[in-house]
Amino acid sequence: MPLLFSSEHLIPLPCGALHWPARGALLVADLHLEKASHFARRGWPLPPYDSEVTLTRLAAALAHTGATTLIALGDTFHDPQGPARLPSAARNLLAQIASRAKILWITGNHDDAAAATLHGTAHPELVLGPLTLRHEADPADPAPELSGHFHPKVIIRHRGRAISRRCFALSPTKLILPAYGSLAGGLDITDPALAAAAPGGLIALVPEAGQLLRFPVVAQAA
Amino acid sequence: MLDAAGRGEHSLLIAPTGAGKTLAGFLPTLAALTERPREGLHTLYVSPLKALAVDVQRNLLTPIAQAKLPISVETRTGDTSSDKKARQRQSPPNILLTTPESLALLLSYPQAETMFEGLESLIIDEIHAFATTKRGDQLALAMARLQRLAPGLRRIGLSATIADAMPFQSWLAPDTDPDSVRLVTCPQGAPPKIEILVPEDRIPWAGHNGRWAAAAVMRRIEAARLTIVFVNTRAVAELVFRDLWAENDSALPIGIHHGSLAPEARRKTEAAMAAGRLRAIVATASLDLGIDWGDVDLVIQMGAPKGAARLLQRTGRANHRLDEASHALIVPGNRFEYLEALAAQDAVTANDLDQEPFRPGSLDTLAQFIFARACAGAFMPDDLFEEVRLAAPYAGLTRGQFDAALDVIATGGYALRAYERYRRLTPQADGSLRLTHPRLAALHRLNAGTIVEAVTMNVRFGRRGRALGQVEEWFGSQLRIADTFMFAGQTLEVTGFDGPDIHVKMGRGTPSVPTYVGGRMPLSTNLANRVRGLLNTPERWPEMPPDVAEWLEIQRLRSTLPGLDDLLVETFPRDGRWFMVAYGFAGRPAHQTLGMLLTSRMERAGLMPLGFVASDYMIATWSLAEPTDLKPLFDPEILEDELAEWVAASPFLRRAFRETAIIGGLIERAQPGQHKTGKQLSVSSDLIYEVLRRHQPDHLLLTAAWNDARHKLTDLDRLATMLETAQHKLTHRRLPRVSPLAVPVLLEAGRESVPGASADTAILLEADALAREAMALD
Repeated sequence: MPLLFSSEHLIPLPCGALHWPARGALLVADLHLEKASHFARRGWPLPPYDSEVTLTRLAAALAHTGATTLIALGDTFHDPQGPARLPSAARNLLAQIASRAKILWITGNHDDAAAATLHGTAHPELVLGPLTLRHEADPADPAPELSGHFHPKVIIRHRGRAISRRCFALSPTKLILPAYGSLAGGLDITDPALAAAAPGGLIALVPEAGQLLRFPVVAQAA
Repeated sequence: MLDAAGRGEHSLLIAPTGAGKTLAGFLPTLAALTERPREGLHTLYVSPLKALAVDVQRNLLTPIAQAKLPISVETRTGDTSSDKKARQRQSPPNILLTTPESLALLLSYPQAETMFEGLESLIIDEIHAFATTKRGDQLALAMARLQRLAPGLRRIGLSATIADAMPFQSWLAPDTDPDSVRLVTCPQGAPPKIEILVPEDRIPWAGHNGRWAAAAVMRRIEAARLTIVFVNTRAVAELVFRDLWAENDSALPIGIHHGSLAPEARRKTEAAMAAGRLRAIVATASLDLGIDWGDVDLVIQMGAPKGAARLLQRTGRANHRLDEASHALIVPGNRFEYLEALAAQDAVTANDLDQEPFRPGSLDTLAQFIFARACAGAFMPDDLFEEVRLAAPYAGLTRGQFDAALDVIATGGYALRAYERYRRLTPQADGSLRLTHPRLAALHRLNAGTIVEAVTMNVRFGRRGRALGQVEEWFGSQLRIADTFMFAGQTLEVTGFDGPDIHVKMGRGTPSVPTYVGGRMPLSTNLANRVRGLLNTPERWPEMPPDVAEWLEIQRLRSTLPGLDDLLVETFPRDGRWFMVAYGFAGRPAHQTLGMLLTSRMERAGLMPLGFVASDYMIATWSLAEPTDLKPLFDPEILEDELAEWVAASPFLRRAFRETAIIGGLIERAQPGQHKTGKQLSVSSDLIYEVLRRHQPDHLLLTAAWNDARHKLTDLDRLATMLETAQHKLTHRRLPRVSPLAVPVLLEAGRESVPGASADTAILLEADALAREAMALD
């Protein structure tokens, strides 16, 4: 179900990736690879499989869309030392992905350019056609922009039920992707931080059952 | 007893409360030590309660001092100072009084071998309270270890009245053979007098605590000498305590006693009770066992007793004289509980007692025991396997299970072996295993134990003030300065926080009540059948309060009554959803499981289930579509994956896993010098759970969690019986609106939301359509 954003057809996928068919590109944000081992080193023994799970999902999305370019919008690793800790299974998955797609890493606040030590190239920002790609939305920039960083999620309360989903956050000129990492948390889309980053009114987009559901957001007071 | 001891026999003494069985258990020891005084540990006494150990010490010291006997008696519990504990390991007393937890820790020290080699007698008090629990597993393993260290050890079990002694004899026996334990029974005392209190003949629809009857309860307290008011949870204790004070016109001294109060506070209340300074005490199971605190002449049970044996045990707290009848009063919380109270009264009169089933020993407890064994010194796996199998709960343990438990301690299991911290055992050249690092022993001793309680915060009166007790962290962390809450029978106001401490002063206003995550006892099968019997005996309805009789009468007119051996299922619409109510009478755990099973089948059948709620008597589900074809939903063929998959994805198994992961040593509650918060614990246990489920689904601790869930949370046996019944005798009533009998469950707390993908999608689509409709400009 395509979304028309600044005259470009973009397809938000249920897995949290964004497919841009015209460019043959798949965009993801906030993989936070090796978050578990980062915590483990600080005495909090999370099992070391989060990267593998995230990358398996990513490889499947690439195969499904046939995209030839992969763009990660920052915070690919949870910390700059992440690549050194990447277990071999995950390392192999990443190599497979790199053999099939050109990888562009946008640098994030957690990992800087760490991922580029393995495959691909690192960039502080990218401009692709009419769209600017960066890690964290810049409220001062009027140009149409794709970003990550905030891990948006939406909570729908209906029929006595609260359903929480990772979502895409859409404002008039900005589209913020959900976190892709299996261990990354989420920030409620009504949080004032999101309204401040992407002013002008937000809509939560949830790809579900072959449709793209839209939920207008009433922001909390800051 | 002396006779059995003289012949060196193991023995099980069964006697009603008040017959002096604890002292009887010590008679052979006192006799032997008087005749042949000696150094070192002679007798080890294990009780389920610290307070009981202290009480027994007092009762032993008096005659010993009077007769000037050369016998030393000491206690060793969680309250004992570390100096004293260290001294006890070097030079133990003749008689040591302890708990299963402290005993397990004692066995984890290298000195255990010399300390216990001369042990002659082991006394297990209140054996009925242990045998079928994880604490019982822990104790059975410790007993096997003791028998190895002191082969001549004689075992003595003490128990209150039980229905069937044989399995307990077998549990107590060193070789699991019941015939090697001599059974000693005492004659029964006078039968108890049990009354049901229904003031003004009215009983509410919902509730479990009988608080509505506070005024009438207070009048009974005024008429009695000393009353114990038993409630089923700690939160209810606080509420009932306040309700009683509100009705306490003559300002009688009333106290409160529950497991979250500081030990000093409890000791004070107990002493006041023993000295006759109290007229009533509101208590939880913390007063169920053992101790004689004064001259109680009335026991009041608020809410249903859930089992005849438990009612009898509580009733026994009144009047510790065998020749007089003890007097008890049940205050039912709702209409079903009235029926249950009546059933319990009938059962006690008929001396028809229920008994928790025995089950195989838990694997997480075994893993913990192996860790403790390693802390005491290197061991040979083959030897340990032989030793463990001598503990009755582990008689059927396979070598495969044992090796899996060993592997959890040695490496964490293969999914976790990448982590250095889980490599806790190192193989040596001779095939034995030793602890990888001595610091692991300290970590084990800090974290061992089979009772996993929620993480708590301390309530302190004033800055650096005295401890009043603990509230669970989830409750404490919601409090803000100037908030008030009810605790230890007082309204307290928060003045500040300091790490795990909450500082309080006296407060006023409308306080909140801390609740505690705790197991409610399920209704016993025995009582359930008796309740069904009452429903089907209209001749007995006239003896019931008018609103109960009317409730049953209207149910008969509008729907029908559950039969003696059928499954009644009602369906009706309400609030844009379809409700389905099944009257299984199988206890809450079995109904919870049925709720999971039904909603999973409803999901597959496209009925879009939303949630369910269970009580001891029935289960209600609600869904977006109407269930019409019921037979397949209640099919007794439970496909292995059907429930396993569902339980695995549900919060039940997660909760069970948190417990097994802590007991099995995968997650530490505490590191030296720091405590983990509850959130940290549950986040790490959830993540490890997910990983094991995906990467090592047969991990020992997942199996252990599943066994626990099966036993405690799901009660599969009772579920199977219920579904079997449904196939032969399912009565379906499709009603235009809710029926009288269905009301209590719909008012029940603890609704479970179903993580149903189809309903979630339907609801999301509907919410999206609503938004579109509202925003359309046409």
